[in-house]
This record gives sequence, structure tokens and C-alpha cells, in this order.
Amino acid sequence: MAITLSGDQSIPAPPLSSRLTPAQIWGIVLLAPYLLVFLAFVVYPVGYGLWLARAPSNYVALYHDPIFARAAVNTLIFLVIGINIKMVIALFLSGFFAQQRTWIKWLSVIFILPWAVPSIPTILSVRFMFNPEWGMVNHLIFSLTGDDGPNWLNDPTVALTMAIGVHIWKSLPFWTLILMTGRLAIAHDLFEAAEVDGASWWQKFRYITWPSLQTLYITCTLLSMIWTLGDFNSVYLLTGGGPADLTHVLSTLGIRYLRLDQLSLAMASIVCAIPFVLPLMYFMMKRLSR
Amino acid sequence: MKLPSLRDVAAETRLLLIGIPVLLWTMIPIYHMFLFAISPKEDAFSGKLWPDHPTLHNFEIVFKQQHYFLRDFYVQFWNSLVIAAAVGVLTLVIATAAAFSISRLRVPGGRIVMNLALFTYFIPAAFLAVPMYRTMGNYGLLNNHWSLILAMVTIASPYAIWVLKQASDKLPVELDEAAVMDGATTLQIFRLVYLPLMMPSLVAIGTYAVLLAWNEYLYAFLLLSNDREITLPVALGNFLAADDSPWELLMTTGFIYALPPAAIYYAFRRYMVGGLTAGAVKS
Repeated sequence: MAITLSGDQSIPAPPLSSRLTPAQIWGIVLLAPYLLVFLAFVVYPVGYGLWLARAPSNYVALYHDPIFARAAVNTLIFLVIGINIKMVIALFLSGFFAQQRTWIKWLSVIFILPWAVPSIPTILSVRFMFNPEWGMVNHLIFSLTGDDGPNWLNDPTVALTMAIGVHIWKSLPFWTLILMTGRLAIAHDLFEAAEVDGASWWQKFRYITWPSLQTLYITCTLLSMIWTLGDFNSVYLLTGGGPADLTHVLSTLGIRYLRLDQLSLAMASIVCAIPFVLPLMYFMMKRLSR
Repeated sequence: MKLPSLRDVAAETRLLLIGIPVLLWTMIPIYHMFLFAISPKEDAFSGKLWPDHPTLHNFEIVFKQQHYFLRDFYVQFWNSLVIAAAVGVLTLVIATAAAFSISRLRVPGGRIVMNLALFTYFIPAAFLAVPMYRTMGNYGLLNNHWSLILAMVTIASPYAIWVLKQASDKLPVELDEAAVMDGATTLQIFRLVYLPLMMPSLVAIGTYAVLLAWNEYLYAFLLLSNDREITLPVALGNFLAADDSPWELLMTTGFIYALPPAAIYYAFRRYMVGGLTAGAVKS
């Protein structure tokens, strides 16, 4: 016998429990934990953050803050130049690691290390290496040339370049591995046929490898751009945003405002990035949900 | 015995010209860290490529907590361990349940939830960190391990659900149908059919979540601050607060901290490469 749960008799819908099969009820029960996490730790924070960033005065303040403008430019350089250099190297190295040699197999095992170890100790290691007084790099420069080496991290251009370098060091193995998987999936007889026809390596790349890899390559580039926007460690642990707050990117700037107790500015600086990130996120979501 | 032809030698040389720079580029920061860990203080600061007197003394200082910066080393190591394990278990439970529900039970609205999860996956982590910090404050969880655990579960679950859903979609529907014919309940299908078949993906996802939590710096540094509550990476970052930081001890602690994830990675490499990289970007 069906029990009507709702007191509202005007809706002739049958009670919920009789419309759903037991499997569907289990489905809802099993999905509930994630939905709770999603509501409590994604929907609420994002909504709350947007609400904090609502006042137009925040954006006026950001507009007048030279550090924000600098961080926006740095972020663009990081993404447009840094990521593209990284992906081109990854594309090149994926061809190298796809070679069937025992020593290259072993090298690929070592090559993955930067990705497998946490970034904090390795980034700090690089930071010490380039310390102007005691760092190994300047010691080497001194013993080879007799001159003092430069004060590496005190020059904003050099410091930002090094932050990009650290980022590339950390994430290059991952993307190389992905592109290598893509390369290995290309049918081998295509290359054999090209070999017979006397194709050069460039022709093989241009007419076989690239057409098969380009979708993957572009997806990887976009995905890497989205993730790199959230790369806090490479900049924060290497330069701390310095010298004189000239090497901040949006991810470290948000945390800087947060530390200065300017939460609404922190959120506003992130909101400014949304128009650029949202289309990328939407595009990636569409691609992966197929 | 066949001598290698000139062409083979040239090809091998070209490969070596790529391989050697790649090896140096990869190893220098790691070697530098290792060098500091086995160097006495005066050697570490003299820029030698190999110390005159390699020593394990730094490890002894760390393991005996004989320095101001290291007085809570074991507590912090334990914190990192507990948080990583909790994130691994919770992510597995939540994501497996969700993937089973979306992929096998075809729950109404499952597709929407999958898309929302994917959307979350693409929010840059540092962007979500700012509102997450305040949210945890509003929930009264700041300085509590649960704040970091829940934040990391939030970040790890979307990808976990996606990978597990992809893997479950590949299992034939007939399996479930046959089990239902035999009178199996939904829970029995989940426990006796689904979980055993999903084992390789579950190992990959568990490893992914554990490593993600163990390696996390930003959220740990925002959400936890008491010396006895923080995780190891935050303690490493705190070394930088002083001008006269004992670098050799920092690098030694960092080396110890980097060992477990590297070991886990290599132990589960088979699963990681198959389960994660193939799924990470679908071509």
C-alpha cells in the first residue's frame, strides 16, 4: 500500500518511492556524499567569494594598484610564453622518449622524478642554488671567471624567467608522458610506408605525427594553461613575489591580499580572471564529458 | 660480431646529445638537495660539487629533533601521514560511490553531476583557496586537520570520479544484468562484481589522492598554522622565515619528505601510467 508523504493533494504525482526503482534509490544514496562535498566546499565558497567581490569599489582599487597590473602582465607572460615553450619541448621530447632503446627507457624513469617528488624541497633547492652569496651557481661562476655572479632573484625579469623555468622543470615530465602515449598510439605502418617512400623526419612529423597529435596537443596546452593559473608554488617559493612585489602572478597576488586581510580585493582579483578562464573551462569540460 | 655502421653511430650520438642535457636538467635540483643533505654546514656553503667529508649527521639531527626548526618533526610527519591517508580513503569512498551511481545505476541527473564535478576539476586550485580559507573559518574548522582533509577531498574527487566513471563505463552491462538475474541486490553487485573489477583503477586513484594530499603546500599553509598541527611542507616553508636558516637541515628534511611519494610513485607506476595518464587527457 502506497503511503502519500505529501500533504498537498492537488499534485497527483505518485509518492517518490514508487516512481524510483531500488537501484535508483541506491543511486541517489551513493551520489549524496559527493553532492554534500560539492555543496559545502565548492558551491558555498564560490558563491560566498563572488558575493564578497560584488562592490565596484574593489575593481577601482585594483585598477589603481600597480602590483595588480604587473601581476596580470606576469600571468600572461607565464601562460602565453611559458606554457607554449613547455609544450613545444614536451612535444619534441615525447619523440625522443618514444625511441626503442634500453638506455632511453631508463632515462624516462629518471626523467619522471620532478613530477613524482613534491615541489617544495626541489623549488627551495633551486632557490639556494641561485643565492648570490652562498649558492652553487655563483660559486661556480666565481671559480671559473673570478667575477661575482649576478644577484639572480633580485632582478624581476630574471626572477620571473626562473619561476617559469621551475614550473617547466616540475610539469614537463607529465606532458611529455601524455604526448608520448599519443605518439605510441599512431599506427606504426604509416611510418614504415613513409620510410619506404624516402620521407625525411620533418615530412614524417609534418604529415603523420602532427595530424594525429594536434588535437591532443591543443587540449594539453589549454589544460596546462588552466592549471598553471593555479600554480602558486613556482612563484611563491622561489621569489615570494619579490623583488618589490614585481614577480607576482594572479595566484600569489590573491594570497597576498588575503594575508593583508583584504579579502574582497583578493576575490576581486580572481573575478577579473574569470572572463578569460571560463571559456577555457567550458571548452575542456565539453571535451572531457563526451 | 657486427660492427655498428657510421649511420648508427651518428644516430646514437644525436640521441645522446638530447639525452645528456635532459639528464642534467632533471637531476641538478635533486642532486643539489641530496648534496646539502650529506654535507656538513661548512661544505654546504662552499659550493663544492661533492663534500670533502660526506656525513649522515644532518639526518641524525633531524631524527633526534635537535634544532629549533625541527622540534616537532615527528608530529608534523605524522600529521602529513594521517591527512594523506584520510584524503586517500575518503576520496576513494566518495568517488567510487559516485562513479558506481552515475555509470552503473544511471541515476537521474548523474550526467549533470559529472559535468559539475568536471567543472570543479578545472577551477585553478589557487583561485579556490581564497574563498575556501574563509569558508573553513565560517565552518569553524581552521587549524583543524579536517579543514585540510575536506579541502583536499574536494579537490581530488572530481578527477577521481571522472577516471572511475570512464573505467566503469567500459565494464559490460551484461555483468550487472546477469547478477540481477541471479537475484543479487544492488549492494551485492557493488561489493562482489563492481569493486573487484575496478581494483586497478581504485589503486591508481587512491595513490593519486594520497600523493596530492602529501604534496599539498598552499592549502596546508593557509588552513593550518599551529606548529603542532601543520604538515611537513608548511614546516619546510617556515624555515624561510629566518635569515640564518639552516639550509642543510632544511634540505635534509625536504629529502626525507620527498622519499615516500617518490617510492609510492615508483611502486605503483604500472597503475599510475595506465590509469592516470591515459585518462588525464582523452584524445
